[in-house]
Parts: sequence; structure tokens; C-alpha cells
Amino acid sequence: MGRKTPLFELHRELGARIVDFSGWDMPVQYSSQIGEHHAVRRAAGVFDVSHMCVIDLKGARVRPLLQRLLANDVGKLLSAGKALYGCLLNEAGGIIDDLIVYFLSDSWFRAVVNAGTRDKDLVWIRRHAHEFGVEVLERTDLAMLAVQGPEARAKTAKLLSAAGADTALALERFSGREIDALFVARTGYTGEDGFEVMLPASEATRVWRELNSLGVASCGLGARDTLRLEAGMNLYGNDMDESTHPFESGLAWTVAMEPRGRPFIGREALAAIRSQGSPRKLVGLLLEDRGVLRGHQKVLIPGDGAGEITSGTFSPTLERSIAFARVPAAAADKVQVDIRGKLLNARVVQPPFVRLGKALVQLQ
Amino acid sequence: MSKVPADLEYTKTHEWVRALADGTFEIGITNHAQHSLGDLVFVEVPEAGRTVKAGEPCAVVESVKAASDVYAPIAGEVAAGNPRLVSEPETVNADPYGAGWLMRLRPAPGAAAAALLSPADYQKLLHAEGD
Repeated sequence: MGRKTPLFELHRELGARIVDFSGWDMPVQYSSQIGEHHAVRRAAGVFDVSHMCVIDLKGARVRPLLQRLLANDVGKLLSAGKALYGCLLNEAGGIIDDLIVYFLSDSWFRAVVNAGTRDKDLVWIRRHAHEFGVEVLERTDLAMLAVQGPEARAKTAKLLSAAGADTALALERFSGREIDALFVARTGYTGEDGFEVMLPASEATRVWRELNSLGVASCGLGARDTLRLEAGMNLYGNDMDESTHPFESGLAWTVAMEPRGRPFIGREALAAIRSQGSPRKLVGLLLEDRGVLRGHQKVLIPGDGAGEITSGTFSPTLERSIAFARVPAAAADKVQVDIRGKLLNARVVQPPFVRLGKALVQLQ
Repeated sequence: MSKVPADLEYTKTHEWVRALADGTFEIGITNHAQHSLGDLVFVEVPEAGRTVKAGEPCAVVESVKAASDVYAPIAGEVAAGNPRLVSEPETVNADPYGAGWLMRLRPAPGAAAAALLSPADYQKLLHAEGD
């Protein structure tokens, strides 16, 4: 028996298949994983992401704390409500976790971290927060719903007051704010437009049912995984962890080496790696033969070298198998993947594979 | 609650076996198995002429989530793999006991089918597994 979100009984009532995810009893699918995937690409779906950990950071020196903890620079966040994606690194540049942080006021930021890393993240953040006199509040009183898809924002807005709906629909991408006692953010993990909504745990079941009645499909973690992989988004624990750094994880864009004077944890290690060039890189793969790419399959590079798939699946949108793989930096465009002893052909492609319902890779 | 047709025999690993009039055996996976796997997206069936031992992995069914082996219920030679599944793996979900068959086996001389389960015994197995 794992930990349960406030929506657990509703998931059971809706016929979800429940599986363990990082110690949590979570819905992996309700009816058809592929059907749920298409619902998000074509209309709207709702995911329970209450297992993720919402952490409020409060104090006058919260910005300098985050500028020390994160490889990305919260100095980029200039207007209240803006969000930033980045990594917590250890001194060696290894990735402790990836997270989103929202700038709410000069003395209040909100971070959302992964379920599987919440305990170690809290220890790490508290240790450093103490130095900066910043209070660390784990918001276990909140549930979080991700409403995603081309119709997601319009349908979610129907749950709000007229003024609240206007405010929500005017939110810029990657920003959030308090609306009608909910926290509504235009963020997600699917490659579609949509909202992530944080709300009191006691309200979660009612809101989920209302979304269902507006035609928003209940979607499980299975569809969430195929959607995020199509969208070219990493999964912590699969695609990166403490033994890998951002430059070999497709996350160089989240590392702010400028301004030079910002002494974030892991900076020196990353500077050394960058000056020598990372020997490995994370790439997207499109399988040209029939089959399904899976994590840990071996990738063979013509000429020399080998790599490994970090996440692989069947892409319901492309109707082909896709993956992320960590390979030597010099890897060419054509590789082979060992699937049960057979060598199948795959092509290196630039993620994302799919964005806003459209295929972004050439299938031929 | 899964459907368990009365005219078939079963294995503990959720394959079904149908005796055909020409002396071959048709093999597939049960409704319980296809439901547990979820939407199938890739099926690899053996080529005709391949010899298989009882209990040997001889086909692979993959859903979005995972790959699973299918085991030969009896020893024999593969008479045919279901060609339809190459382009329409979802047929196994839609019709596991009919159009979604995986292969036909010509039993080896004296091949023992003693380990197969009756429909009643397979139903008990499903109850024991909590279905």
C-alpha cells in the first residue's frame, strides 16, 4: 500500500488501473492509454499530479537562495507569476532533481518537485534555506490537477467566475497566479497548451467531476508518459539523475552560466565539463524498423561506440516508436538498437517529436 | 470477470489453445491477458517452419507500456503466424479468441498437452490472481 492522493477513491470509482509510482498508488490508465493520449492531443484531458510536491519558499532572501540552488537563474523572473524550469545540482554537477519555480512576490517563490525525490529535495533545500533565513513549507494541503490539450484552457475557465475566467485566459505561457482561491498556471508536461491547477485537497474531487462533465477526459500516468516523451521532455530517474549532468541530458538550455558572478551549486564542475566538451549527449531516436524502443536497450553507433536508451515508447501520434538515448557526442545520424538480439535501424532526430498536436519529425 | 470460452484449453501463462480440424493447434492470448497488457502496438509472431519446445518463448506482444513473451503451450512446428497482426496488432485486443490468434502449431509426434488447463481450471486461476 503506497501513499494516496486526495483523488484516490475517485480514480477507483472511475475504473482506473492503479500502479505504484515512486511509492504512490496512482492511476496508470482508465480505459485506453492510447485513447487518453489522443484526448489530450485533440481535445482535453485531466491528470492527477497531486503526488508531486509543492514547496513554498518564503523570506526576504528567497531570490538569492534560489540563485544558489538552481542552475537556471531566477534573476530572469522579472514579473510576478512568471515560472522557470531548472535543475538542482550537486557540487559535481549531477542532477538532484528538475523542477518548476514560480515567482509570486519578492519574498515568496513556489517550487514544484518530483514525487520520487521529494524527501531528499526537502532535506537539500532546507539545509541551504537555513543559511538564507528562508522558510520552507511543504504544501501537503494542496492537490494538483493538470488540464491539458487544445480545449483545456477554455474548459477550465468555465469553472471560474467571469472575472476569474478572463484573468486565467489572459495568463501568458509559463506563468501562474491565484484566481478564485485556486492557483492556476499555464504550464504542463504534454507539449499541449493547458493549465496546472493547485487547489485545496478537499475541492479536488468536485473539480475533477466538473471537468469530466465538461468533456475533459480522465487520463492516467501512462498517457502522461507518452505525451511527455513525444513533447521532448525529460523524466527524472530515467533520462537524468545524480550520475548525469545537464550537458549530457539535453538540458544545456536550462543552465545559466551568465552572469558569471552567480555562484550556483555545481557551477565549477559544469564549467570544467564545458571547457573540455561533454563526451556524451542525449538525443532523440525514431525507429525506422518495426518494434518498440524501451529504456536500457543498447544503441550501437556505426564506426565506434555504444549508448543506451533512457526512455522509449510507442508514439501514438506518429504511430512509430520513439526514444531518448544517451550516446557518444560524435554519434552520427544513423544508429542501430539491440532489441532482443536483433539489430534494428533508428535515426537520430532533434526533439520534440510532437508539439501542439503536430508531428515535428520527418517520418521518411 | 474475464471471458473464458468453454471450447478451448489454457495455460498458466494466459495462452489459449484451439484444436483445429486439420490436426493443428491455434494459439493466442486470453482476454484477461490482452486486458492486462492494454493497447497492443506491436506483435512479433514466429515464422512458419520454426520448431518450438513446450514452454519456449515464441512470440512477443508489446503494449504501450511493456513487452511480454508468449510461450508455446505444446511442442511442435509453426504452421503459420497470423499475418494480420503485423499491421493490425490491435486485433488481439478487439478479438483475442478469434481474428487475434497468434500462430498455428503442428504438434510434434507424441507432444504432451497434459499440462493444459480446462476452462474451469483457468477460471479458478483467474480468481486466484484476483480477476
